[in-house]
Order: sequence, then C-alpha cells, then structure tokens
Amino acid sequence: MDLSPAHLAVAPVLIPLFAGALMLFFDDRERRLKSALSLLSILALIAVAAILIGRVHGGEERLGIVYLLGNWPAPVAINLVADRLSAIMLGLTALLALSAVVFATERWERVGPHFHSLFQFLLVGLNGAFLTGDLFNLFVFFEVMLAASYGLVLHGGGALRVRAGLHYIAINLAAALVFLIGIAMVVGATGSLNMAEIAAVASNLEGFAQPALHVGLAMLGLAFLVKAGMWPLGFWLVPAYSAAAGPVSAVFAVLSKVGIYALLRLALLVPDEGAAFGSIVIFIGGAATLAFASVGVLASQSMKRASAYFILMSSGTLLAAFGISQPATTAGALFYLISSTLAVSALFLIVELLEREQDSAAGVLAVTLEAYGDGEDEKAPEEFEVGRTMPGSIAILGIGFSMVSLVLIGLPPLSGFLSKFAILNAIIGTGATELDGFVVMRTILAALLVLSGVVALIALSRMAIRTFWAPVEPFLPRITIMETAPILFLLGLLLALALMAGPAMDLFLATAEDLHDPYRYLDAVLGAERVPPFAETSQ
Amino acid sequence: MELVIAAAIGILTASGVWLLLRPRTYQLVIGLALLSYAVNLFIFSMGRLRVNAPPVLDGSSPVDVSAYTDPLPQALVLTAIVIGFATTALFLVVLIVSRGLTGTDHVDGREDG
Repeated sequence: MDLSPAHLAVAPVLIPLFAGALMLFFDDRERRLKSALSLLSILALIAVAAILIGRVHGGEERLGIVYLLGNWPAPVAINLVADRLSAIMLGLTALLALSAVVFATERWERVGPHFHSLFQFLLVGLNGAFLTGDLFNLFVFFEVMLAASYGLVLHGGGALRVRAGLHYIAINLAAALVFLIGIAMVVGATGSLNMAEIAAVASNLEGFAQPALHVGLAMLGLAFLVKAGMWPLGFWLVPAYSAAAGPVSAVFAVLSKVGIYALLRLALLVPDEGAAFGSIVIFIGGAATLAFASVGVLASQSMKRASAYFILMSSGTLLAAFGISQPATTAGALFYLISSTLAVSALFLIVELLEREQDSAAGVLAVTLEAYGDGEDEKAPEEFEVGRTMPGSIAILGIGFSMVSLVLIGLPPLSGFLSKFAILNAIIGTGATELDGFVVMRTILAALLVLSGVVALIALSRMAIRTFWAPVEPFLPRITIMETAPILFLLGLLLALALMAGPAMDLFLATAEDLHDPYRYLDAVLGAERVPPFAETSQ
Repeated sequence: MELVIAAAIGILTASGVWLLLRPRTYQLVIGLALLSYAVNLFIFSMGRLRVNAPPVLDGSSPVDVSAYTDPLPQALVLTAIVIGFATTALFLVVLIVSRGLTGTDHVDGREDG
C-alpha cells in the first residue's frame, strides 16, 4: 500500500473513529485503558495536525492537500481538502481536546457512561467538518458531531442538564432541517455538491438558478449562524453550555467555531460583488451578537454563565470582523479565534474548579441570580472525593484566572491584545485608510471591540474580587495535578501564541489570502490528480 | 403533479412549524417529524420531477442521460431519512428522561404559572 502523506488528510477522521469504536468494546470500569486510548488518539491527532500545517504552510503543497475518496476524479464523489484553515482548526480542536480529556480523567469521566467514546465521535464530526469539500458530507459530519454532543451535554445527568439539553437538541434538529433545505436548493441550482464546483459554476448561472443558489446559500448560512450563536439565533447557547460538565463546555468552545468556519469557507467561495456572500448580514449580526454578549456578561451572576457569554462575545467579534471581508481583518480575526477559544476553554476549566468549592458561597448569590435566567439552578451532585490535592491551589487558580482575563479583555502582553490589535490595525490603522467604503462598518466594529474589552474588564474583575478576595472564610479549593495540568497547558499555549505572534500572524495572513482568493481552492480541488491504479504503479 | 407536491410540502411545513412552536414535547417531536418529511420531499423535488424515468443506469444499452432521472437527490433523501430517524430516536429518549425527572411534558420542564 502506498503510505504517501496524501493519506494524512483522512487520518484526522479515521483515528478518533477507530479509537471511539474500539472503546465501546470495553466496560466503563476499565477507566485507565479508556483514558489511555483516548489520550493516544488525541496525541496522534495533534501530530497529524502539526504535520499538515507544516506541509501546507511551509512545504510544497501550498494550495492544500486534496484527498480523493475512492480515487474518483475531482468534482465527482467526496473529497477532503486540508488547506491552511482546515489544518489550523484541526490543530486547535486537538489541543482543546487534549486538555479537556486530561481534565476529565480526574472526575468527570466517571459520572456517566461512554464519556470517552462520545468524546472521540465528537472529534470525528469536528475534524470531518473541517476537512470535507462536499456540502452533503459537511451535513453528515455536522450530524455526527451533534449526535455526540447531545450525549456529552447530558453527561452527568440531572434535571437542569436534561432541560437545557432538550432545548439544545430541538434547536439543532430544526437547524439541521434548514441546512438540508439549503443543500437541496444549491443542488437544484448548480447540480453539484462539491464546494469547488459550486463556486466554479456560481458566477455563470442563468435565469432562475442564480436567485435559487443565493436563497440556498442563505439557508445554509442560517444553519451555520445558529451553530455560531449569532443574535437572535443564539439564545440556546448560554443555558446549554453553562449546564454542561466543565470539560465538555471547554471543548464545546470550539463547537460554535465550526459554524463560523463553515460560514467563512462557503461565503468566501461564492463572492458577491467582490465581498463575501452576505457580508453585510454577517457584519450586522456579528455586531448585534457582540452587543448582546457584552450585556449578558455584565448581567451574569454565575461564573459559568458569564463564560458562556464570552463564547458569544467571541462569535460576535469574529462574525463582525469577517463581515468586513478584507484579508487583513480576516487574518486578525483568525488570530482572535485561536486566542479567544483557548482562553474561554481555560476559563471554563478554572470556573469549574472554583464553583465546585463554592457551593456554600453560591447559595447566597443564588438569591440574586439573573432575573431572566433559570430560577431553579441546582447544585451539581458531589459524587467523588477528590484525590491528591495540590498546595497553593488558590494561587495557581488566581494566576490562571488573571491570565485568562488579560486575554479576554485584550490587555497586553498576551495574545488577546495582539489579536484585537491586529483587527483594529486592519480596520482603523494606517493601512486601512486606503480602503474605500465600509467606513461606518469599520468604525462601529472598532467601537464595539474596545467597548467589549471594557465590559470584559468590569465583569472579570467583579468575578475575581468576589471569588478570591470577598469570601470571609478562606476557601482552599481541593484540586489535583491532573486538573491543574490542562489549565497550565492552555495558559502555556496562550503564552506561546503571544511569543510566537510573528510566525503565527504570517500563517494567519497566508490563510486569509487563500480564503479571499477562491481560485486557489478551486485549483487545488479541481486540479487534484488521481492516484494511478495499483497495477500501473507496481510495474 | 407539481401542484400536488408543492401543496404537500407546504402543508407539511406549515403543520410542522406550528407544532414546533407548541409547548408540549410530544407536539415538538411530531412537528420535527412532519418538517423532516417536508424537507425530504423538497430535496426529492429538487432533482426535478420526472415520471417513468429510472435513476440507475441500465448497462445494456448506450446511455442516453435524458432518459434517466437525477439519482443524486434520491441518495441524499435516503441519507437524510436515516439521520433523521437516528436523531429523532435520540430526542425521544431525552424527552422521556425529561418527563421522568421533571414530572411534566412541558418543554421547559415546568408548567406555566
């Protein structure tokens, strides 16, 4: 068999699929074995993502690695495309998954069945959605991802989770139907499911096909925006994410980014008068989401709800920045995507540890729980003794919290500042004055970005004061090494992102240029060469 | 035929959306089921409606594409039906769990005031 690196492109789907399926054969009591398998699979995914980024960024396959499933010629059948954006998203997912799984080994994997299998299937769906070049295959991977996430959001049980999960599933089933309508209209208009072929024929459609394609794309966009949590489609997100178990919410931080990824890919493949398809709508929605999330962060009394609002804030910023539809803003937004996802994920883990110890203090606060939120939040049952505890735990959590805060607020010296600066520089910096048009949009975005930073500052300082300074009885969270390590790992990544900002920004700029020049994607996919039949190669 | 199919899709969608907005979980499931039927019919009709045209090539004679109907939407419908079944079954389980935990079949887990 030819083990050329071309097969690497399909590995991110196959590795977790086999790992997850294999684990189903073992009893849930074999925890060590399952955790080991899970970690092994995720470490392999990190390695594959690193190699893919190396190959498409520095190596010879600059347009992206195209994997023709079943060796069918390009526009026929399904193909996987690993270009810069896909490779970056794969890497981000794998890193978040690593920290979430390590965190879960201490406690969360025991509170419900099949945690590790569901987690691996979630990774199958996520990786597949990032890689596929086929619209219907994207739908299938979305469903795989969602089916696993339904299981994970209910992990741990309890009436609160079931109720939030019910809403989450209902919304996502309805969104899946909208997705299908969109796919059907695109197929009806273009006769193809291959994203590259759709993009190729989009500009020279005649008669009824042109508006049909646009309506179809708008329906698809609607389905993606529900996932991304755009206002007013994202009210389901906060209850579901704040009800889920800590490590689950931590990896769900990347789930909302799948919607943004799909939107970015499709909207830029079918440009409309130079800008991304529907960029005005995306911008307005993003700005509204950012404003809504800012108010939500301020209004949240529980830290976990506030963390969920930070996900919305990140979605809003990204959508608004992508709505500007310029390579420079897109590059800055990609930087922000990585940095904010890592930070929110770390915040979910820290909050999980803090709130676990704070149930007595939280009882007092519960009186003032948001007026519009759920009135009957219940305590998570304390099932297990926590193992070896770490000394100085409160110091570690405090430092972690302040670092994450710096990133979310956008203060120097960490990556949050750099990424927000990259966006701001692209919209109101020296280079931006040469750009025509979009002046109003750019001003609004700049104002909202700065304002959301201030809001984050207020909300996070209030949280920190109430948690670390205000309690009369000193509280010592009992946390273990296995729970601290993932948080430190994520913080280390944020630090590395700040230190390596130069090379990282180069990568993001190259990615943004790829995205804004759809012909590169078209060339990569439609020009992909088939592997010669086995008989020929062996001679 | 076009009119009948269009009317069927329209009625199914309208009923589905109405049921989706109702407060009982059972209505929600039926609403989603009706909507998925409507969507499946819609996907099917996007391959253009043809009568007496097979979707699978008959290898014996030289291929005249115009004698066949588009097989792609039919394959899509099949996949969509399977996925719809699976997710609806999963949803039903969650509904039953919710009913057991909260003692009501209201979607919010509590009766209105």
